[in-house]
Amino acid sequence: MQARVRCVVSIGRVLAGAAARSMGRYAAASGQIRQPGALASASIMSQLLASMEGIDKSFPGVRALERCRFELSRGEVHALVGENGAGKSTLMKVLAGIHAKDAGRIIIKGREVEIKSPRAAQQLGIGIIHQELNLMPHLTVAQNIFIGREPRRRLPIFVDDEAQNEKARALLTRLRLAIDPRARVSDLSVAKQQLVEIAKALSYSSEILIMDEPTAALTEREIGELFRIIRELRDSGVGVVHISHRLEELPMIADRITVLRDGRYVDTLLTRSTTRDQIIQLMVGRAIYERAPEVPADLERREVVLEVRKLCRGRVVRDVSFSLRRGEILGFAGLVGAGRTEVARAIFGADPLDSGEIWLRAKRVKIRTPGDAVRHGIAYLSEDRKRYGLNLGMDVETNIVLATFRRFLRRLGWVNTAKTGAAARHYVEALRIRTPSIEQLAKNLSGGNQQKVVIAKWLAADTEVLIFDEPTRGIDVGAKSEIYHLLSELCKQGKAIIMISSELPEILRMSHRIIVMCEGRITAELPSGATQEQIMEYATQRHAEIQN
Amino acid sequence: MQKSKTDPEQKAAPGEEAVPGEKAARAEPPRLRTLLRSNAIQTLLAFGALIVLLVGFSLASPNFLQFDNIVGILLATAVNGVLGLGVTFVIITGGIDLSIGAVMTLSAVMAGVFITHWQLPLPVGILGGLLTGAAAGLSNGVLIAKLKVPSFIATLGMLNIAKGLALVISGLRPIYFTDTPELNELAMGSALGAVIPGFDVPNLVLMLFGAAILASLVLKQTILGRYTFALGSNEEATRLSGVNVDRWKITVYAVCGLFSGLAGVLIAARLNSAQPSLGVGYELDAIAAAVIGGTSLSGGQGTILGTVIGAFIISILTNGLRILSVPQEWQTVVTGSIVILAVYLDIVRRGRREQA
Repeated sequence: MQARVRCVVSIGRVLAGAAARSMGRYAAASGQIRQPGALASASIMSQLLASMEGIDKSFPGVRALERCRFELSRGEVHALVGENGAGKSTLMKVLAGIHAKDAGRIIIKGREVEIKSPRAAQQLGIGIIHQELNLMPHLTVAQNIFIGREPRRRLPIFVDDEAQNEKARALLTRLRLAIDPRARVSDLSVAKQQLVEIAKALSYSSEILIMDEPTAALTEREIGELFRIIRELRDSGVGVVHISHRLEELPMIADRITVLRDGRYVDTLLTRSTTRDQIIQLMVGRAIYERAPEVPADLERREVVLEVRKLCRGRVVRDVSFSLRRGEILGFAGLVGAGRTEVARAIFGADPLDSGEIWLRAKRVKIRTPGDAVRHGIAYLSEDRKRYGLNLGMDVETNIVLATFRRFLRRLGWVNTAKTGAAARHYVEALRIRTPSIEQLAKNLSGGNQQKVVIAKWLAADTEVLIFDEPTRGIDVGAKSEIYHLLSELCKQGKAIIMISSELPEILRMSHRIIVMCEGRITAELPSGATQEQIMEYATQRHAEIQN
Repeated sequence: MQKSKTDPEQKAAPGEEAVPGEKAARAEPPRLRTLLRSNAIQTLLAFGALIVLLVGFSLASPNFLQFDNIVGILLATAVNGVLGLGVTFVIITGGIDLSIGAVMTLSAVMAGVFITHWQLPLPVGILGGLLTGAAAGLSNGVLIAKLKVPSFIATLGMLNIAKGLALVISGLRPIYFTDTPELNELAMGSALGAVIPGFDVPNLVLMLFGAAILASLVLKQTILGRYTFALGSNEEATRLSGVNVDRWKITVYAVCGLFSGLAGVLIAARLNSAQPSLGVGYELDAIAAAVIGGTSLSGGQGTILGTVIGAFIISILTNGLRILSVPQEWQTVVTGSIVILAVYLDIVRRGRREQA
């Protein structure tokens, strides 16, 4: 035990030394914030802070990056844009040492480096602020900022909280942030938590600061404050990577813009000589022509199955109204986080509503739980079917009859296996689920067939409204078209379908009508035959805050 | 750490008010919110319950407040309390240690082997007992941090391993410390009694408080304590901040084991023997003490003071019910219900926080 204590103590001493050194460096850097001019002469060894070339990265089943490249200069804000899944975050996570690259070169300040861990990235002066907040909510602001390199007392197993608070206060003051270093992070607003993350990243004396959608959760005013800080950092020589979906904010903050598409580098442009339309064009690429579906001629006269009026839930669902007719496929387009899933979950009773009405066949209904929704004939097929849609460890038969078990019971609760087997076999045949038998475990099926099992489950439950959330995510191309075919079949049979999808070609190919959402609001309702550019236009539109 | 959470001045700090864009209407008054989120409320609740129990039992039975009975309660609390201190660290990281009772027994047996069988000097034997616990905890930590075995399973396995080893090593027989009466004297003698005549509180009780103060210091002031909370609050964020998460997790389990080792030495000293079949159910009482005291099973929250109060609640309840001649079977029913109530309160508290 004594040996162990000594070991901990000596490790502590080393850490304390490192922390002191890095703080010293930071103090120097912060001096530069006040005098932007002073830095220019001192630091022009190379204008290029970081360059990434030929970066490849694959995850199981997905090629996330392919010969991708990126450059960052000293004293610039470089925006990184692209559609969902274009590889923006992945590329930056490679730079920040969170993902290891499969191939390619990274050069930091003229030296080729291997960045193997977040710690290694920190030591190279690379700080990243993640899309999801990465703080420890139970700890204070100061404790969060200095985690991993706390100032120590003379006996270095002890943390010097006073010194830590003082350092944090000095740092926050320099950034002109009115945040109490002793406040618990969970007591702060999301915007302030974001600012704490920025302060934390800067305290590593980062010369490269990566921000992954820092404005997603902020109000107009808070964004203004954030941009002020980013500009000050830029003027002091920091290179800032700004990943954003909000194209309209780029002229305010970015010097250059790099566009990625499908994991590949497309182009780098100077912001001041670029228009938003140009960027959208580059993000979407040559439009792969997808034939829009034929809208049934009598659709307008058909019965409205589902109508929602003025749904509101916090900041994620705002004043959402729409209607859905029998035999219609209504596409929900938008960027990740636009509130589409939240709308679906609210209708399905999975999340509580603040206000709003749900009408089914001209009758107002109260849906408080998913159970209510199922009884009213609404099904929700989650994007994460492995977590929410299927019992992977159970067989196909059980999965299909799971939602309707009660119908197959005999007296005293015994399950009538003859009936469940017949029902399961019926759906396996009808949906052409490829499985050796109904006893096969769900986890052994391919993604497309798993999705079909989930669909079968809800069909067995006699649902009328089916809400598909990213129905083809993780499904290979061949199976995709089968799912599309199945969706069309269902709608011919008179089911009403809502399809949430982040893949624009899919939206265009399937939808009779398209609703575009942005920041919890519906920004457009487009007819079948709309273009990708039109949808992107409305999906990145940003008037929500102004109305508020 | 704890202080900053509950410090009422914190909200009045000048910086907080001057921030633009923070709408006052966004939430209820911040002071109330802070209080609800903090540990203070549960510690306060536990303390209130303790007072109610004390008053209730002393009104119900004149025997309850007798000096001897109070000493009995203190003695009963000591061992369970020390176990609770260790497991508090583990629970704050978001883990669990079910092996503490069995490790305590094994440590007691090992101390017996060292002192009685091998005739090693008393301090060496005591140290051996402590190290036995630490080694068991270290193994738990390695299993959990490196091999990614869930803490529930890893420590359940260790429970059985330690239980079995204790029986094997002792040959199923108690080991008596007949040659070393100093050990018993160390625990059951009264240093206080020597200073204040008639106030014969055994040293064991002082040791509980000493260990609690030490644990509290470690949890609040040291780097280990800080990472204990950080791990439980957001392990991934801690890892991404460059902290060697595995190493600190292993350390936390080793510390928990060390406290179990201490509990083993203390119980051996108190009974003047190492009983190889002892320790069954101790882990649950210790975990209950921590939970009743406001340590959140979801991690990130907890205090040593709370655990000590929780340990006292359990032993007072047991003692009081016995004095009121409630059968022992019913005593466990009551403690079980109290634990469920405490966990429920914690869930209510967290639910409120998530909505805010």
